[in-house]
Amino acid sequence: MPAFIFGRLVSLVLSLLAASIVIFFVLEVVPGDPAAFMLGLNAAPDTVAALRQQLGLDAPLFERYFTWLFGMLQGEFGTSYTYRVPVADLVADRLWISLPLAIYALALSTLIAFPVGILAAARRNSATDVSVMGITQLGVAVPNFWFAMMLVLLFAVTLRWFSAGGFPGWDDPLMALKSLTLPAVALALPQASILARVMRSALLDTLGEDYVRTARAKGLTQRQALWRHALRNALIPVLTIIGLQFSFLLAGAIIIENVFFLPGLGRLVFQGISSRDLIVVKSVVMILVFAVILVTFLVDVTYALVDPRLRRAQR
Amino acid sequence: MTVPAPMVQRDSLLRAALSSRSFTIGAAITLFVALAALLSFVWTPYGFAAQNIPNRLQPPSPEHWLGTDHFGRDMFSMILVGARTSISVALVAVSVGVLIGTPLGLFAAARRGTLLDDIVMRGNDLVFAFPALLIAILITAVFGPGAVNAIIAIGIFNIPVFARLSRGAALSLWQREFILAARVSGKSATRISFEHILPNITNTLIVQATIQFALGILAEAALAYVGLGAQPPIPSWGKMLADAQTMIALAPHVALVPGLAIVITVLGVNLMGDGLRDVFDPRLRRSRT
Amino acid sequence: MTLLEVKDLSLSIAEYAILKDVDLSVDAGEILGVIGESGSGKSMTALSVMQLLPRGAVTGGSVLLDGEELLGRPENQMCAIRGRDIGMVFQEPMTALNPVKTIGDQVAETVLVHGRTGRGEAMRIARETLDRVELPASKFPLDRYPHELSGGQRQRVVIAMAIALRPRLLIADEPTTALDVTTQAQILTLLQKLVGEDGMGMILITHDLAVVAGNADRVAIMRHGEVVEAGETAPLFRNLRHPYSQALFAASSHLPDRNPPAAGGGGPVLAVDKVVRDYPLPRRIPFAPPAYFRAVKGVSLRIERGENVGLVGESGCGKSTLARAIMALEPIQGGTIAIGGDVVDARRGASFETRRRMQVVFQDPYGSFNPRHRVDRLVSEPFHLLGSAAPQGAERTRRITRALEEVGLEAADAGKYIHEFSGGQRQRIAIARALITEPSLIILDEAVSALDVSIRAQILDLLAGLSDRLQLSYLFISHDLSVVRSITDRVLVMKAGEIVESGETEAVFRNPRHPYTRELIAATPNLEAALATREGQGAR
Repeated sequence: MPAFIFGRLVSLVLSLLAASIVIFFVLEVVPGDPAAFMLGLNAAPDTVAALRQQLGLDAPLFERYFTWLFGMLQGEFGTSYTYRVPVADLVADRLWISLPLAIYALALSTLIAFPVGILAAARRNSATDVSVMGITQLGVAVPNFWFAMMLVLLFAVTLRWFSAGGFPGWDDPLMALKSLTLPAVALALPQASILARVMRSALLDTLGEDYVRTARAKGLTQRQALWRHALRNALIPVLTIIGLQFSFLLAGAIIIENVFFLPGLGRLVFQGISSRDLIVVKSVVMILVFAVILVTFLVDVTYALVDPRLRRAQR
Repeated sequence: MTVPAPMVQRDSLLRAALSSRSFTIGAAITLFVALAALLSFVWTPYGFAAQNIPNRLQPPSPEHWLGTDHFGRDMFSMILVGARTSISVALVAVSVGVLIGTPLGLFAAARRGTLLDDIVMRGNDLVFAFPALLIAILITAVFGPGAVNAIIAIGIFNIPVFARLSRGAALSLWQREFILAARVSGKSATRISFEHILPNITNTLIVQATIQFALGILAEAALAYVGLGAQPPIPSWGKMLADAQTMIALAPHVALVPGLAIVITVLGVNLMGDGLRDVFDPRLRRSRT
Repeated sequence: MTLLEVKDLSLSIAEYAILKDVDLSVDAGEILGVIGESGSGKSMTALSVMQLLPRGAVTGGSVLLDGEELLGRPENQMCAIRGRDIGMVFQEPMTALNPVKTIGDQVAETVLVHGRTGRGEAMRIARETLDRVELPASKFPLDRYPHELSGGQRQRVVIAMAIALRPRLLIADEPTTALDVTTQAQILTLLQKLVGEDGMGMILITHDLAVVAGNADRVAIMRHGEVVEAGETAPLFRNLRHPYSQALFAASSHLPDRNPPAAGGGGPVLAVDKVVRDYPLPRRIPFAPPAYFRAVKGVSLRIERGENVGLVGESGCGKSTLARAIMALEPIQGGTIAIGGDVVDARRGASFETRRRMQVVFQDPYGSFNPRHRVDRLVSEPFHLLGSAAPQGAERTRRITRALEEVGLEAADAGKYIHEFSGGQRQRIAIARALITEPSLIILDEAVSALDVSIRAQILDLLAGLSDRLQLSYLFISHDLSVVRSITDRVLVMKAGEIVESGETEAVFRNPRHPYTRELIAATPNLEAALATREGQGAR
């Protein structure tokens, strides 16, 4: 087990390094000089040059990459070109909306998908199965931002149960959660549909395995065999999808934040792009990628907890 | 990884496909949407960009079947042209994924266990570490918004999908005895990949392509919604939804119509894919009956 | 009173009749052997007794356990009977255990699910039962996982699960088919011992007549869902009445007719000299220096023209690895391989001319062909080795026809797809493909192992005839000693990457010198010997 975790950690660090290189150099080719952008069209060339020097933009490419990288290792993300405040502070504020939203949505998605998927598999080909799978087929086809608009139309505009958007801050946690509820539901339901389908088909696969037949020969009922033998083995593909979904949810949150006017990371990225505040964009993208890679690592470790065969193997 | 289905004669395959209800319904919907997109090249009731401000936000009526938007443009015409945008972006993006990803996966499988295989697969992992939409946002940030850049953004994410899928399927085939027999016959890895492996993973690729096509339509809509897709005046369903957002309380139909267009299209493609998978995989088909 | 009485059992699945009027009976302490080829319905009979049939299955007739009817019982009552009154052991030990649960938990579950005891007591019974199946606590603590055990050890765990509650009846469905012969012998001995200790009845289902002759008190022979003949083992085998059972008996001890022409002279068709094959092991820690597993440890062998050489050994001994090295499918790390005098370049692999002289037939008749090609294309694939000299047009058709006729098929078969053929016919097509480049050596890698005995006998006849007629040499790789004995001139015994014994086939079998060879031969079920022993006991 320790060797397994060590191996995964090494791959985590390598992935992060590779991602940082890609992000840095992709954003280096962005047309448009941030210094010129900040000073406006009429700025004198020498003023722009001075600002470039001040921002460290005239240093060689590799030097700037390493400055950025080592800065991040110390929690220093640099200073935003437009806001003139440390990027770390900006990001920290926004993270407190985006991260809870993604986790809220992931929790909802899992809580809905597990019982639905298990029920459908246990009653395979029954009316319940067919109708539940029909609904999930629909759920998979719904774009989450449109679903979000429909939720607003129904619950905010018509029924007035929720506000149509905005975020009151975490001073009142209940109010904060309430304002994240519609966005989380909008994100979660399409994902729950996918997850429920994966859960069902993974369970149907494991229910056909030899060890389930062995368990039945021991005297377990079909239901006991499902809960005690098939389910845990079906978790492997399901965990993979949950891991991938976290990445989808983070990105989806970027769009959903637009629908609900939530001041999260997504809006920060868009503002950063439109004002050429590349240092903000770089940092936010890096943080999101870090979150995804971290989740992949956690999923791998969970695999090993579920499946004893992986505890000693590598990769 | 599922092992490819044994060969079924083409005509019986088609008959099996048509006997699958989800394939028939899905294929009918997909065909309908595709025809609508094609129709838009030769005919739309109104010009898709023709504004008529006094006549704005009209609900559906005999003159405007799906009503008008906030500039008084005919929604039905816009939906028809929007179908064109959606389908072409998704289709090209999936093709990029298939045409680049599949050879990469086959190559990695043919060189399994070597450094080259490792490099290809680590590269795939790296792409997967970026949330798909984030890639799209970055690319459009770098190269500016537009349909072509949306295609590139969605296409890039499709490459590792097909690379992984074809590598996995190919790896299990490389262990099969008919491949060993081909190797004993002196055929090169490249030749075996295209003569024996590729035809036997085509079914799997087709099913995945339908899934990715549906996802591509959703992704295109999302990009267009945040303003990074096709640019005005070219209509796209996602852009129509973005415009509708502030109008939603006044005229719900401007948000409902493009949304339903997306849902119906994606549903049709997914149903078709499900049906195909059942037809291709006799293991699933047997267990269904 | 009979323990299990099956009367007029019929079974149909989706209108398709699987079993017809099956009658069987088992007494306490008795072993009933059920024999049949694939598709005979022997496994379905077992599943009917357990009532673990696929959906849509309809049974008729009666199954009495100690006089109580099992058919038509509600599912909850059957759950109470399964595992408590009837235990069952399946064929494939590698997949029969849940990979994510410990062996202790899985054995204890049999006890727990029948609700007699608490967890502590169940674990105690699990320990005791694992001891009974000879998995002692010192080496096999309860918290072991299935992947840490070998196939034979896993099968012992499956047996422990089946007998933990000392059921009255044990059904073993091909319990040793997936195992090596030495392991098979141990498992059969164990089952015999358990039957004796607990006085339970046992149904032993197998395709292997010798296994039944050595272990069963009574025998039922099944074909197409019917029992064609049944009775006490020795008298039944000595006086078979039904033509099918007679044919089966003849096929399982079949000796193909061989008339090898006088030694052809010339150099050896294959000369393997001190060949070494290493596999890199997966790294357990990143960047650690790679470790190697040496699968073939300096093996040498020669095959002369027209000579049939057997290579026997148990799974994992390196025989298939050696075969792949000879076929130049994998690089070797030491030694040389020469085909017809040409040494194969270790780095660049075999030349087309070298490969042309050596072809192969694999085990699986279903996996050996690209399902998308027609037979003519499948059979002529090795023409690739002839390059520009490959026959075209009418000559190509003529060569394909000749190869197909050589193996007993027709010219018209060239236009068909592979799924139109049975397993035995497919193996003939595989042989035709091997013949088409007119090689001097064919490697037969378990080429008859997946076939039913009657088909196997036909293919062995075909192979023997081809070897005689075409002066072909075979490297016949198999785990099955009796098959090797019937068709080879010389035999090599391989163990742990080394050849431990070699010599004239008959001499080695009659007078094995290496202890491992003796062990192998002793463990191999022998129909004649088993019947003789049985009759000897009966006379006493």
